[in-house]
Amino acid sequence: MDFFHVLVVLLESTIRVSVPLVFAALAGLFTERAGVFDIGLEGKMLGAAFAAGAAAAVAQSVWIGLIAAILISVLLSLVHGYASITQRGNQIVSGVAINFIVAGSTVILGEAWFRQGGRTPALAEGARFQIVNFPGADAAREVPILGPIYADLLSGHFLLTYLAFAMVPISWWILYRTRFGLRLRAVGENPGAVDTAGISVIWLRYRAVICCGILCGFAGAYLSLAMTAGFVKGMTAGKGYIALAALIFAKWRPKNVMLACLLFGFLDALAIRLQGTPLPLVGQVPVQLMQALPYILTVILLAGFIGKAIPPKAGGVPYVKER
Amino acid sequence: MSTPYAKLPGWVEYGLVPLINLAVAFIVAGLVVLLVGENPFEAAYHLINGAFGRGEYIGFTLYYATTFIFTGLAVAVAFHCGLFNIGGEGQAYVGGIGVALACLWLDQTMPWYVVFPIAIVGSAFFGALWAFLPGWLQAKRGSHIVITTIMFNFIASSLMVYLLTRVLKPLGSMAPQTRTFAEGGQLPKLDWLLSVFGLNIGTAPFNISFLLALVAAFAVWVLIWRTKLGYEMRTMGHSASAARYAGIRESRITVIAMMISGGLAGMMALNPIMGEQFRMQLDFVQGAGFVGIAVALMGRSHPGGIIPAAILFGVLYQGGAEIAFEMPSISRDMIVIIQGLVILFAGALENMFRPAITRVFAMRGQRAAAVVQTKGA
Repeated sequence: MDFFHVLVVLLESTIRVSVPLVFAALAGLFTERAGVFDIGLEGKMLGAAFAAGAAAAVAQSVWIGLIAAILISVLLSLVHGYASITQRGNQIVSGVAINFIVAGSTVILGEAWFRQGGRTPALAEGARFQIVNFPGADAAREVPILGPIYADLLSGHFLLTYLAFAMVPISWWILYRTRFGLRLRAVGENPGAVDTAGISVIWLRYRAVICCGILCGFAGAYLSLAMTAGFVKGMTAGKGYIALAALIFAKWRPKNVMLACLLFGFLDALAIRLQGTPLPLVGQVPVQLMQALPYILTVILLAGFIGKAIPPKAGGVPYVKER
Repeated sequence: MSTPYAKLPGWVEYGLVPLINLAVAFIVAGLVVLLVGENPFEAAYHLINGAFGRGEYIGFTLYYATTFIFTGLAVAVAFHCGLFNIGGEGQAYVGGIGVALACLWLDQTMPWYVVFPIAIVGSAFFGALWAFLPGWLQAKRGSHIVITTIMFNFIASSLMVYLLTRVLKPLGSMAPQTRTFAEGGQLPKLDWLLSVFGLNIGTAPFNISFLLALVAAFAVWVLIWRTKLGYEMRTMGHSASAARYAGIRESRITVIAMMISGGLAGMMALNPIMGEQFRMQLDFVQGAGFVGIAVALMGRSHPGGIIPAAILFGVLYQGGAEIAFEMPSISRDMIVIIQGLVILFAGALENMFRPAITRVFAMRGQRAAAVVQTKGA
């Protein structure tokens, strides 16, 4: 029973830390499937988190915070889109640039506007997301096994948490069951064929980039409006890169994206849990090894030792009509 | 239509276009300063004054520039081979192990001129080692170099935290750093070089590794433009299929280019560890690996461009500290914004102003031709 209790707590924190990863990895899924590499997920998430924290603090409204997050994130996506689609610049370089610009400006603007050492003011109850409790959750907790699963795992999360997991089948449906999704995937594999069919490659890729911006906006808003009450500088702390790793680990498929994010989230939760406690057989595992594990796993996967991750064929290549 | 843009004269291609891009980046940065409610011209004054106002300031500027020459060269070497080595940060961090080991081993018994060459070899070796795996994985297993090197940055950071908190830390100490090196692990300052110009270096840690950086820049120029290996690397960078057709062994060149790149990034560790702090600390790289990307883009991957670009970023780092001191609402994070803007405008948007510039030069060319015609008639 004690082991079961620990497991429930562990899985609950897994869900909590996986949410921004799921949003960001799905965001990456849309652009990369359309043939635009995006290592600026980190920057967009950070920019969105700042916008959410700042707007929610000023307007005292969680919804205005969410809208601001999405607007800023889409704006940054469009900068990336303009550089990599219209100007045919190097997509990696553009992503790196966005990460730096956001990392610097969130601190500078935050300090100039709020003077709290790069933080935004702590948010009051109405200005942040509240936990959603399912009916009868407290009463059900006493029921053995099923009770804690219902009360702690299914119930008791933020609205955005449910949205994140709902976005997985929705993204799948958009990408695999709609005309837009089919064209989006085609433009990432063979943009020439899409162009021949009379469909604008540029406009399709811009729409994919906008989808990415919206989802990164949710990821950022979750960080500063739900997980914590306000923005702290550098609060994404590499989550954008972990999401990128999860996306590759998932071989660019929606369901696998969710599983990969849950796996990486679980490793994160486990690392916090295991800090300082020795394991049977292996002894004490250095916490740094646990932290590095998602990256190590991704490297091993990319090297083709666990299946092979094949990226969209036209990924990273700007489309030139005349060619 | 294989080349979308017409060829421009050399001074426009390597001088005017980067300068225009840089100017736009600074104008946008000025707008950010305005947004914060400060005067951009005042900020610019403090920037220049903070970087050049005194001998000590110049010493600091050149100290930072030394670091950025190494990381800029590292990115540039990989660029020539068509590889984007975004892992300079991790390679420099791991390169620190080589420097620290050499110093911890010999600093009490040997003078600096014995320790220094060993530390150079050590830093280059560890840096190259950290770049070898991504290079090998790209060459043999086809994994994307950008993603692998990003992952290796994070792995390096975890590894170094582990080493500095558990292995390299002296017994009984709480701080995650090695012990302070004795005389043998401390590089001499270049105070004599500045005093030639009548400047006093003060406390600035401007040291002999600057000269090593200049030698490295020259060596990279020789390698890329004057050797067979460099020719093969450039061929691969221009067209991998042409290289394959010419019988160049792609995987071999990829691995070698990455190892040279990693070695150069690793040598960056000499400057802060042996030149300033005299010990290896947590996070001593402080983003210099990423600055290298901006430096290489601005310097057009040519050592002759990388050195001025590195000095420019040295100015930003040293002058930025002065701005932060004089204008409290602008912290040193301003540098990060400018760095990002330079990467954006000199890198991803490098062709934004090219059509307009090309048009201007085409018009001038036509007019000149017309003048010649009328004179002839």
